[in-house]
Amino acid sequence: MAVGKEIRTKIASIKNTQKITRAMEMVAASKMRKTQSRMLATRPYSKKIGQIIRHLAHANAEYKHPYLVERETKRIGVIVVSSDRGLCGGLNSNLFRLIVKQFKQWDEQSLEVDVCTIGNKATSFFGVLKKCTLVGQVTKLGDTPHLRDIIGVIKIMLEAYEAGKIDALYLASNGFVNTMTQEPTLEQVLPVVADELEPELKKHWDYLYEPDAKEVLDELLVRYIESIVYQGLVENNACEQAARMVAMKSASDNAGNLIKELQLVYNKARQAAITQEISEIVAGAAAV
Amino acid sequence: MTMTVHVDIVSAESQLFSGLAEMVFAHAELGEVGIAPRHAPFISKLRPGEVRVKVNDTESYPFFVSGGIIEVQPHTVTILADTAIRAKDIDEAAALEAKLRAEEFLANTSNKMDYASAQAELLNAIMQLRTLERHRRRGG
Repeated sequence: MAVGKEIRTKIASIKNTQKITRAMEMVAASKMRKTQSRMLATRPYSKKIGQIIRHLAHANAEYKHPYLVERETKRIGVIVVSSDRGLCGGLNSNLFRLIVKQFKQWDEQSLEVDVCTIGNKATSFFGVLKKCTLVGQVTKLGDTPHLRDIIGVIKIMLEAYEAGKIDALYLASNGFVNTMTQEPTLEQVLPVVADELEPELKKHWDYLYEPDAKEVLDELLVRYIESIVYQGLVENNACEQAARMVAMKSASDNAGNLIKELQLVYNKARQAAITQEISEIVAGAAAV
Repeated sequence: MTMTVHVDIVSAESQLFSGLAEMVFAHAELGEVGIAPRHAPFISKLRPGEVRVKVNDTESYPFFVSGGIIEVQPHTVTILADTAIRAKDIDEAAALEAKLRAEEFLANTSNKMDYASAQAELLNAIMQLRTLERHRRRGG
């Protein structure tokens, strides 16, 4: 029957799209479980090292590590963690919007910005942005990122900080709240800021260092930076899969609704054609 | 009641121990340390070796740590391990094999870079075996 051929092909093509989005949803769901358990496994370590660093910022050390000393800020470094692939809802664009907003503020204070990116999306976004300079990037880390993959970009930033090229370091990534919500965050990493702590830490004290303060602090602080950037990365990964799952689920649902509507239109058109045919036959029979 | 200190042992992969203990033993950079409650603030690198958490007179938990950092506050002890395993989970065969491999490698190589890493590997394997042995001797 010639009726509604266009509609039929349209329905078929939407069905195909729906199959793809549904498959992607299921893939994302299974990957999400893995990335989430990875994120939870590394969380205690980064939490503990963060705690130690905050203690350290309160200690009245005879040796003041440059990472712990605040200085006048002229240039800022930002490490941006993003996903490699798209189709994950507003995950990356929400994060970038937050960063660009912050860039504007810094711009007004005439601070310059250097950016290191992790992931394809951030690299292509910040590579063309005029407000900042892209100084390093790493992409295609896959679903099981290793610390050694991101040591390069961290090193670029740390060396710039030590050389005095940048005076503060920020990390931008998505924080995992739960499967439905991801929260873009931009937080200061360097210099380490001492927040309010238990009162017993307020009095004058310092650690006993073995073998000596410089050696221990150097290692501990570099490890701390690596650990929070890595944590940001695995957390962002979990966010990506969760966001993709949700985005693909709503895409599949939308495709389902669209198919339903088109089917209705198609049925109506078919019924109208049949009705018309019958009435023509009846009219013809009456005329005889 | 005896005094206790809160101990956390975390590695990059997982949290291995969190709870109260009477004493913690570890291999710090300059020698073995025993940390009792209300120890002065202390921070040190760790050497590969056994970390033992004594919960009470009858109960203690040994771990193998391949290196890392120990931080001591009067009421908390935090051990950040590069990699850590419970002593009872040490794979003896794998450790023995690693030891043999490293020894063989050390005997045959003259490359300095490789030499250092092989030496570290050897130390790692030896300390794993020693931790396991001590754990067995205590009747674990």
